[in-house]
Amino acid sequence: MRLIDILDRITRPLLLLLVMSVDRILTLIQGRVGIDKMGYFFVLPNLLIFGIFVLFPMLLNLYYAMTGGTKLFPADRPFVGLDNFATLFDCDDFLSPNSCQEDLFWRGIFNTIQFVVLQVSAIVLFSLLTALALNRRIIARGFFRSVFFYPVLLSPVVVALIWKWVLQYEGVLNAIVELFGGESMRWLLDTNWAMFWVVFVSVWALMGFYTLILLAGLQSIPPELYEASSIDGANTWQDFRFVTMPLLMPTMFVVLVLSLIRAVQMFDHIFVLTGGGPGTRTQLMVQYIYTTGFSNQIQLFGLSAAASMVLGVSLLILTLLQLRLGNQSSLA
Amino acid sequence: MQADKISLGQFLSLRSGGKRVNTADALTYLYLTIGTILMFGPVLWLVASSFKTQAGLLKYPPPLLPYQQVQVEVEGYDDPLPLFNVTMEDGSARELAQVRRVGIEAQMVDPADPGAERIKVNISQREPVEEVKLAWENYLDPLIEIDYFDFITYLKNSVLVTSIATVITLIINSMAAFALSKYRFKGRDAIFVLFISTLMIPITVILVPVFLVITSIGWKNNLWGVIIPGAATPTGIFLLRQYMLTIPDELLDAARIDGGSEWHIYWRIILPLARPALAVLAIFSVMWRWNDFLWPLIVLSQNDYFTLQVGLNAFQGELQIQWHYVLAMTVVTLLPITLVFAFLQRFITTGIATTGMK
Repeated sequence: MRLIDILDRITRPLLLLLVMSVDRILTLIQGRVGIDKMGYFFVLPNLLIFGIFVLFPMLLNLYYAMTGGTKLFPADRPFVGLDNFATLFDCDDFLSPNSCQEDLFWRGIFNTIQFVVLQVSAIVLFSLLTALALNRRIIARGFFRSVFFYPVLLSPVVVALIWKWVLQYEGVLNAIVELFGGESMRWLLDTNWAMFWVVFVSVWALMGFYTLILLAGLQSIPPELYEASSIDGANTWQDFRFVTMPLLMPTMFVVLVLSLIRAVQMFDHIFVLTGGGPGTRTQLMVQYIYTTGFSNQIQLFGLSAAASMVLGVSLLILTLLQLRLGNQSSLA
Repeated sequence: MQADKISLGQFLSLRSGGKRVNTADALTYLYLTIGTILMFGPVLWLVASSFKTQAGLLKYPPPLLPYQQVQVEVEGYDDPLPLFNVTMEDGSARELAQVRRVGIEAQMVDPADPGAERIKVNISQREPVEEVKLAWENYLDPLIEIDYFDFITYLKNSVLVTSIATVITLIINSMAAFALSKYRFKGRDAIFVLFISTLMIPITVILVPVFLVITSIGWKNNLWGVIIPGAATPTGIFLLRQYMLTIPDELLDAARIDGGSEWHIYWRIILPLARPALAVLAIFSVMWRWNDFLWPLIVLSQNDYFTLQVGLNAFQGELQIQWHYVLAMTVVTLLPITLVFAFLQRFITTGIATTGMK
C-alpha cells in the first residue's frame, strides 16, 4: 500500500504534466484545423502502425512471392515472376503429395484439410452438447461453466506441455490404460493416434470459447416459446428439434465459421506437441510457412510468402462464404 | 428467480420423493462430471507432478502424490543418508541408512548405532522408505539458475511485453475508436472498413514482410518488435467504437461549450465513460500477449530476449527433457492467467459472450 502511494506521488505529477503539455499542443493544432479535422489526429497513431505493420506488408508479400533467393532485403532478391507458385503447384498428381516437388506443402494441405474437418466437427458437436447441458437447470452451473472455459485461457505452449506429459510413454494415460488391461502406446509417435491427439488437444483447448457463444445463443431464446411448445404437448426432443435448433442456427453458423477460420491457421499447439511428427503426419500449412521461411537452414522467403498467399486466399474464400451465407441466414 | 435455483436438498428430494428419475438430468450430470475430469484432470495432474523429484517422476505407474525418500542425518557422515527398509537374511526387517553402493551390494549403517560395523546387503533386499514431500526445489532452482534456461529473464520479458503492449493497445485503439465514432471527416468510413476488413487476416499470412519491416527498423531480437506489430488490433477498434457510439454526443457538445479541448474531451469524458469496454479489451490484450507464441518465436532468436512461451518451448525441446523443471515452470506460466480468471471470471465470460470475440 505504501509503495503504491509513493509511486503514485511520483508518477501523478509527471503524468499530469505530460497530459497538460499534450493538451496545450493539441489545443494549438485544434485552433488551426478546426474540431472535425481533429479526427485525423486521433486516428493517426493507429493508422500509422496499421499501415506499417499490416497494410504495407500485405502488398510487400506479393512482391516476396514473386522473388527468389535467400536474401531478406527486397533489393537483393531476383525477380522470378510466378516461379514460386509454379514450384508449389508442380505436381504429377495433385492427390498424391509424393509426386509433387514441394511434397511437404501438399502434405501440409492434406493434413490441414483432414485436421479442419475432424476438429471443426468435434468442436461444433461437443460445444453444442456442453452448452445444452449448461443451459439446463443444474446445480453448480457457474462452476461447470468455468471448468469448460478455463483451458481457453491457457497458452498453447502450456496446453501442449500438459498433454505431452499425460501422453508420454511412462505417463498417466498409459498407466490408466494398463489398469484396464490395455497396452501401453507411444501415442504421439503412432501415425494414426498422433492426428487423433492433435485434434483432441486442440478441441480440449478451444471448445470452451465456442460453448460460451452457444450458451449465450441458447439463453437469448425466449422462454415463452418453450411454454407454448409444452402446451402443445411437445417432448424434450421435439423442443430441441423445433424450437432450439431453428433459433440457434445463426449462432451455430458463427461458431462454425469462427472455428473453421481458426482451424485453418492452427500452429502453436501442434508445433509444441508433436513438432509436426511423426514424420510429417501432423504438419499443417502454417508450419510449412514457418519452416520454409524461418527455421530451415536455407530460408526460402519467396516460397514461404507464396505459400502464405495460398493460405490467405483460403481464408478469404472462407470469409466471403461466411458473408454470403450469413446474409442469407439472417434474411431467412 | 426462484425457479432458476434448486437447492441441493430439493434436488435430492426430487429423486427420493418417488417421482420417476429424470434420465435427462442424470445424463447431464454424467456428461458434466466426465467433462470436468477431462478438462481439469490434466491440469491438476501437471500441478501434482510438478512437486515430484526428478527420481520420483521416473516411477511407473506414477503415484498420485509426490513421494520422496527419507534422508537421515547420521553421526559421522557429512551428508544426510537415504533410508531403506531392509529384509535381513533371517527374515527380520530393519530400517537402515545407505552409505554407499558397490555394484549389487549396498553398504548400510544403522542410524541408531552409527559406530557399529557396516552391514552389507544385496540391493534387491532393500526398499526405500518414502514420505509425502513437495519438491519445492523444482521451483526454486530455476530462479537461481539453470544453464540455458534463464527463467527470471523470460518472466521479466513476458511481463514487459504484456504490460507495455496492453497500455499501447488501449491508448491508440481508444483514440482511433473515438475518432471513428465521434467525428465526421473525409475518409472516415473508408478507414473503418479498412480496419475491419483485416479482422480475418492473421499475422501468419504476412510473416515474411513483417519480419522485413522489423529487421529494417532494427527490432529483431528486441521486445519492441514483438510489442508494436499487433498493437493496432481491429478487434479492439471495433469493440471500443461500438461502445463509444452509445455515449451521447450532447455530453461532448456541453464540454465544448465549457471550453474543453478535444484532447480534454477524449481524456476526461470518453475514456472514463468507456471504462467497461476498455476493461474487456485489456483482459483480451493481456491474454493475447501473455500467450503469444509464433511471432515472438520468429522475432526473438537470442536467449536474453525470449518470452516465457518461447523459452519454455526451447527448454522442452532439449534432447533430454528435464521434466521436473519443465513441469514446474509450466505451472508458473499458467499461474497469472489462472489468477486473472479466478478474479475476473464473470467479466471475461460475459465479455466474450456479448462480443463473440477472443
